[in-house]
Amino acid sequence: MDIGTIICGVLLFIGCFFILVASVGVLRFPDFFTRIHPAGKTDTLGQACVLIGLIFYEGFDFISLKLLIIVVFLLVVNPTATYALANAAFISGVKPWKKGDKRQ
Amino acid sequence: MMFGLAALAIVVAAIMVLYRGIKGPRVYDRLLAINSMGTKTVILIALIGYMYERPHFLDIALVYALINFIGTIAFLKYRETGRLD
Repeated sequence: MDIGTIICGVLLFIGCFFILVASVGVLRFPDFFTRIHPAGKTDTLGQACVLIGLIFYEGFDFISLKLLIIVVFLLVVNPTATYALANAAFISGVKPWKKGDKRQ
Repeated sequence: MMFGLAALAIVVAAIMVLYRGIKGPRVYDRLLAINSMGTKTVILIALIGYMYERPHFLDIALVYALINFIGTIAFLKYRETGRLD
C-alpha cells in the first residue's frame, strides 16, 4: 500500500461521491436549466477527480500522460457542450423555471 | 477491488441519469442525459482498463469523449437548423 494507491483511493472516493450526488441532482431538480448545473458537475469535477486519482495510481509515465490528455480535453469540451445545449434550449423557447411553478 | 467499487458507483449513477433520459419531458433533457452518460462511459472505460491491466483502453476512452462531444453538437445543429451539412 504505497502512497500512490492511497491517494488514488481517496481521489476515487471523492470523484465517485461527486458523480453520485450529481446524478441525484440531475434526477431531482425541477427544470431543464437547473438540471444542467449538476450534469456539468459530473463532467468537470467528477471525471477530473477519478482520472487524476488514476494518474497517481499509475505514477508518471506515458500512460498517465494519456490520462492527463483525457482530463484536459474533457475539462475543455464538456462546458462547451453544456453551454451549447443551454443556448439551443433557450433559443428554442424553453422558459426558465420560477419558484412556485409546476415541476417540469 | 478499489476500481471495482468505483466502477459500480458509476454504473449506479449512469442508471439514474438514464432514468432522467427516459422520463425527461423535453428533448433537451434527454440530450443532457446522453451527454452525461457519455462522460460516465469514458470514466468507466478508463476504470475497466485499469481493472484488467490494459492501458491501451485509454485510447478508447479518449475517442469516446471526442465522439460524445461531436454527437451532442451535431444533434443541436440538426435540431436548430434542420440540416447537418
